[in-house]
Amino acid sequence: MLRFIGRRLLVAGPTLLVVITLAFFMMRAAPGGPFDAERRLPPAVEENLKARYGLDRPLTEQYLSYLGGVVRGDFGPSLKYPDKSVADILQQNAPVSLKLGLASILLALAVGVSLGVLAALRRNGLLDIGAMGLAVLGVCVPTFVTAPLLILLFGSTLQWLPNGGWNGGALPNMVLPVIVLALPQAAILSRLTRAGMIEALTSGHVRTARARGLPEFAVIVRHALRPALTPLVSYLGPAAAGLLTGSLVVEKIFNLPGLGKFFVISAMQRDYTVVMGMIVVYAGLVLLLNLIGDLLLAVVDPRVRLT
Amino acid sequence: MTDLAAPPRPGIRGRSLTDDALARLRANRAATFSLGVLVLLTLFAIFAPLLSPWPYDQVNKSHVWVPPLTEGHLLGTDALGRDLMTRLAMGLRVSLSIGLVATLVSLVIGVAWGATAGYLGGAVDEAMMRVVDVLYALPFIFFVILLMVAFGSNILLIFVAIGAVEWLTMSRIVRGQTLSLKQKEFIEAARAAGLGRLGIVARHIIPNLLGPVAVYVTLTIPAVILAESFLSFLGLGVQPPMASLGTLISAGAQDMEMAWWLLVFPALAMAATLAAFNFIGDGLRDALDPKDR
Repeated sequence: MLRFIGRRLLVAGPTLLVVITLAFFMMRAAPGGPFDAERRLPPAVEENLKARYGLDRPLTEQYLSYLGGVVRGDFGPSLKYPDKSVADILQQNAPVSLKLGLASILLALAVGVSLGVLAALRRNGLLDIGAMGLAVLGVCVPTFVTAPLLILLFGSTLQWLPNGGWNGGALPNMVLPVIVLALPQAAILSRLTRAGMIEALTSGHVRTARARGLPEFAVIVRHALRPALTPLVSYLGPAAAGLLTGSLVVEKIFNLPGLGKFFVISAMQRDYTVVMGMIVVYAGLVLLLNLIGDLLLAVVDPRVRLT
Repeated sequence: MTDLAAPPRPGIRGRSLTDDALARLRANRAATFSLGVLVLLTLFAIFAPLLSPWPYDQVNKSHVWVPPLTEGHLLGTDALGRDLMTRLAMGLRVSLSIGLVATLVSLVIGVAWGATAGYLGGAVDEAMMRVVDVLYALPFIFFVILLMVAFGSNILLIFVAIGAVEWLTMSRIVRGQTLSLKQKEFIEAARAAGLGRLGIVARHIIPNLLGPVAVYVTLTIPAVILAESFLSFLGLGVQPPMASLGTLISAGAQDMEMAWWLLVFPALAMAATLAAFNFIGDGLRDALDPKDR
């Protein structure tokens, strides 16, 4: 177990290095720079600014000093917001995205698993067809369609919920973004659960459990659900990536001050350090979630050996 | 298998595995219906702009937000008075071709990478798959966004960027299949019969890879279309006056309270396309692998 975690952390190092290297040189290959304003700065001022942030040094030197900074946990100052460091900006925006992501993955799990189980129990029944129809919709209607439609219905027309904004993470402001983010994930999770449950319900150990006279509820929850959930656990990593993509769009539509919205703006403005900081944090998060997923898999399915 | 149960008699053709699979696919109503929908959508995308009296980029300030079925505009017009039907067909063209080309890119890279790693095995396999592992953990959407921001968005770049993202899963599938195929008796038999390495790969490995690869291709196309529309929604994809399903939906979402048709028709076209590909993919999987049902 510890050896497994150690090995995975050893792979995580090179992965982060690749992430940083690719992002660093791609960002620098982009035309334009952080100090291109509507009105051109006097050359002397621009020179001074570049010198101040070390942008006048050779690229490899900048790269190495950036790497050194990241190792020490220092992401440098923002180039666009002179009074803020990248760490400040991350601290300000990350909680919004994390809260959204966490809430929607929990909602997706609750809805997806229960729909999947019910659909499997009533296989080919009305509930099954309804649930799987919903799952297809969830996969085929992208977030940027569901979001405006839900805003139109619950915001503008019925006026039950605000059209957007964060408001310090108040519950009414969270409802629509979380639903929109959770929907595609819930759809995939319900399909995975249904397939797993159908397989589990026809397997020998469930028949044995029934033959022993266990109540149906115990058979389903203790004996069928557990093996059915293993595919869900290995989906945790991809799910995180999906949420990430979704949050870019959702934060834009609902005008939420999260990382996703900030990332696109920063990339357009060539705020090198902020973009880099966000990519490093996101990559770290995805790596962490994949690791947790693998560890959980070993807990749920004892046949999986961690080596 | 039925072809084992019934020995071939003269005059009667045996049923091959492919025949069986096709018969199962044809019996799948969702998949055949989806295939029909897809053919119709493709025909619409190809011919509607040729038949329409309005070019997709013709601005008409006196025909702004004309509702559907009025003044000869079947699906109405947008905020610049452009005909929505023509634009929808153009958008479908762009989205479908991005889906096909980017999937082709991922197919070529993925199959080459996966088959090489799987067939050579050993240290080469180990190294090649570690590369895939590392790339897997990258937050790719960010790199695609960076690419678009850095080099400006043009369609060619979108093809390459999305195709380069999607090949990873393909290579894993192909490698896994190749590894298990290598152990099979019929490969050994071919080797015993004196067939060379290249012959084995070409005659026995690749044909047996086609099934899972075909399934994954039909599931990759909608994923690519979705990825492109995300980029377009963020303003990084196809640039105006050109349209894709993503740009149409994004524009429609902004005007939906004034002109519902601008959101509804592109969204329906998108949903129909994605659903059709998904159903065909599911149908193909069921047809090719009857055990999985």
